[in-house]
Amino acid sequence: MTTSIDKMTAHEAIAELNSGNVSSEELVTALLKKIESRDAEIGAYISLDADAALQDARQADRARASGKSGRLLGVPVAVKDIINVNGQACNCASKILEGYISPYDATVIRMLRNEGAVFVGRTNMDEFAMGSSCENSAFKITRNPANTNCVPGGSSGGSAAAVAAGEAIVSLGSDTGGSIRQPAAFCGCIGLKPSYGRVSRYGLVAFASSLDQIGPIAKDVEDAALLLGIIAGHDPMDSSSVKVPVPDYTASLKPNLRGMTLGLPKEYFVDGMNSEVRDAVMRAVAQCENLGATISDVSLPHTEYAIATYYVIATAEASANLARFDGVRYGKRAEGSNDPVEMYYSTRAQGFGEEVKRRIILGTYVLSSGYYDAYYLSAQKVRTLMRRDFQSVFENCDALLAPVTPTAAFRIGEKANDPLQMYLADIFTATANLAGICGISVPCGNTSDELPIGMQVLGPAFKEESILQVAYAYEQEQKQVAKVASKQ
Amino acid sequence: MSFYTAIGLEVHVQLRTRSKMFCGCSTEYGAPPNTHVCPVCLGYPGAMPTMNEEAIRLTVLMGLMIGSRINSYSKFDRKSYFYPDMPKNYQISQYDQPLCIGGSVNINVGGVTKPIRVTRIHLEEDVGKNMHFEQTSGVDFNRAGIPLMEIVTEPDMASPDEAFAFLHAIKQIAMYAGVSDCDLEKGNLRVDVNCSVRMDAEGPLGTKTEIKNMNTFKGVHNALEYEVSRQEEILLSGGIVLQETLRWDADQGTTTGMRSKEDAHDYRYFPEPDLMPICLSGETIDDLRRTLPELPAARRSRLVSQYGLPDYDAGVLVADKAVADYFEAVAELSSNPKAVSNWVMTEMLRMLAESDTTIDNVRIGAHELAELISLVDCGTISSTAAKDVFMEMFQQGGRPADIVESKGLRQVSDVDAIELLVARAMTENPASVADYKAGKKAAAKFLVGQVMRLSKGKADPRMVDRMVESKLSGS
Ligand SMILES: [Zn+2]
Repeated sequence: MTTSIDKMTAHEAIAELNSGNVSSEELVTALLKKIESRDAEIGAYISLDADAALQDARQADRARASGKSGRLLGVPVAVKDIINVNGQACNCASKILEGYISPYDATVIRMLRNEGAVFVGRTNMDEFAMGSSCENSAFKITRNPANTNCVPGGSSGGSAAAVAAGEAIVSLGSDTGGSIRQPAAFCGCIGLKPSYGRVSRYGLVAFASSLDQIGPIAKDVEDAALLLGIIAGHDPMDSSSVKVPVPDYTASLKPNLRGMTLGLPKEYFVDGMNSEVRDAVMRAVAQCENLGATISDVSLPHTEYAIATYYVIATAEASANLARFDGVRYGKRAEGSNDPVEMYYSTRAQGFGEEVKRRIILGTYVLSSGYYDAYYLSAQKVRTLMRRDFQSVFENCDALLAPVTPTAAFRIGEKANDPLQMYLADIFTATANLAGICGISVPCGNTSDELPIGMQVLGPAFKEESILQVAYAYEQEQKQVAKVASKQ
Repeated sequence: MSFYTAIGLEVHVQLRTRSKMFCGCSTEYGAPPNTHVCPVCLGYPGAMPTMNEEAIRLTVLMGLMIGSRINSYSKFDRKSYFYPDMPKNYQISQYDQPLCIGGSVNINVGGVTKPIRVTRIHLEEDVGKNMHFEQTSGVDFNRAGIPLMEIVTEPDMASPDEAFAFLHAIKQIAMYAGVSDCDLEKGNLRVDVNCSVRMDAEGPLGTKTEIKNMNTFKGVHNALEYEVSRQEEILLSGGIVLQETLRWDADQGTTTGMRSKEDAHDYRYFPEPDLMPICLSGETIDDLRRTLPELPAARRSRLVSQYGLPDYDAGVLVADKAVADYFEAVAELSSNPKAVSNWVMTEMLRMLAESDTTIDNVRIGAHELAELISLVDCGTISSTAAKDVFMEMFQQGGRPADIVESKGLRQVSDVDAIELLVARAMTENPASVADYKAGKKAAAKFLVGQVMRLSKGKADPRMVDRMVESKLSGS
């Protein structure tokens, strides 16, 4: 191997595998060794499936030897514990799903399998994707590889930390209000949330059905494009997936931004945000301008309602989505109950964590008779206004540039007892989910404490090629700068 | 003191689809527990519903049959409540934008026709079935996710008899449209009723009670009779009827309380985010309208005018769509529709009942029955012989002409042959001839009987009549 396993990207791995420099079995073995040495400290994985992964790797090697190919043939992929993989546990980092073994593959898993991907293990997350720090996992906390006293972000914190720590080549996360982009920013990787309907949700355990999307977390933009190209597309099993052709995302990556107009939404550069974050993002904006983009100031006037709107809609949907965890058909069942109602109470009381209970109660409340109009219906109306905000700025802009989060990664325990502070971590990311548009998080420097900072590129629905293009050009420019700096 | 009753119904009708509402599982009845299940209808984590287009088509068809307005935009909602037979602990149903709005169904009670207004028809999924054993309970999810159409009426029925008549009418229409098999034994039709009684005909409706989940029409009728008189007694004694949900106990013949208004569920309806709204173009609806079968009432009057049948016959024939279809298939081939109606209404229905089969399975094709009728009409066989042929065809199949030949049932209508027999009968019975001549006209009947006996029943009785008469009066 010319690249060490912890730095290796998926496109590099494919090149190495195709040239015969390495076998998939060697790749998976090296990765498992890396996990063994590093994960005790990081805690990115909830469970590993080493035997199955090695078996699949050997099968991939045989397939390659017999002339077969696949866009990820023999490449290991880490999967967030919320996506069903046939025969594996799918716990959603919750005690209530203890003992549940998935009987089916999510559509994204099926698509990745078709391209030869190998599934090494399941990454940690906030329970049922509810949280921004991975501290809400029922099993373990995950630490930020850049600073192990800090959180990796959430909810896809395990997927981001695994990639950042070199414990995964690429991973899958899910994003309901920022759960891919925020941990990617905190850990210093690429995280892409596709447009709503771009990627099938079939097999993704639902948190908020109208907001959830699966997306890749990767070491570079090319990998994000590669992964998205595989998992995107209409799925008859998911009625909310859309019949829009999938472009060749990798082919659309160009190293300049000539002819592109990038908007700078003023509501995303607020007073009181961390100045290091602001400065890093503004430096990145200047670099995009140097790459040929026209920068334009824009406004998204309904941004201030994003958090309130998001928490009404997300909790309402979650309260129904999580009703199925009752101990009747699968997962944990509290013992000693004499009737079904008692069984529900004790199973759910013992099975769910605090944050999940809080959101179920919130969601139940906002849907209650007499409150529906004031909360849920109003939130849907605001959501429509936010969608229009984006539609109108995208008439003149190809993409928007903004910070991913108001601050870099915070310390473990810092916000754990302050749910409201935690909810504000989603302030710049939840809008994309509410509007159904796509967004990508790209590293744009570090704080003085060496914590990664992320820039967010937001694009119109089903224009992933635009945000990939911006992220790619900027990323290539950064590499150039780093190369020059290292020579001096 | 007189009372006025107002009854409204919610009829859940299982649609005739091969697969469930939101997954590919079979809807076949009677399979071993939990064999027609998958991640979707078991509510497994991450599984998502996909729409069964056929269920939508059938519901719209039903709406068109009863004159509903079809919503060009309708949607599904989640109805939340916890119950072990509910895989997701919410039911996918339709709340404020159902597929069909309005419409009406005519009922006929005591010779009076009355329209019953339908409020709406919506589509939803069925739940599983709880089963209780000695020590434990279980749930069979085979039924979970089977498509149901719920027909909700206005409180337009003034008596249990009217409710009974409505259920029959709705069943007949659903079967006519082919939207449901309406097999009550298999729970294809389940009924919730609401019922209130008041003393002032012009006044507002009284407080209503609801009785849930009955699956026989007789049960509905009995439950309503009980509930109406229970409410009347309360009002008579100056009491107040409580708004509550009741359960009908068929064995005891009483209703018992399930829950009062205070503990009514808050279903927390909200739009189902996993399914897209249903948009039906005017063109789609018009296309469906063109496939609409005739309503039973319209068919009844058409049978009267087109085939000249008595209204009674037409009523009997249309009661079962398959029977009416059969009648029309035969009548098209026959020049004697009244005879066709007689055969179908009497021999055919009697034999179907006796052999416990349905008209779709009979061996007698339309051509065969038409041929049999024409054999009688041209005098080839007697109507008595025709009944034998019918029985033979019903049990063994075959063409009537062949059966007539093989059984030697052909009527003798040869003048010379009959003359010989008449002559022989008169020779053998001189006393009767003498009686006739002495004025006892009844003696001719005896002689006719003798001729028929000599012919072993094959002689054309009308010819025998005529020839005996002329011979007696001539000689
Ligand atoms: Zn199923």
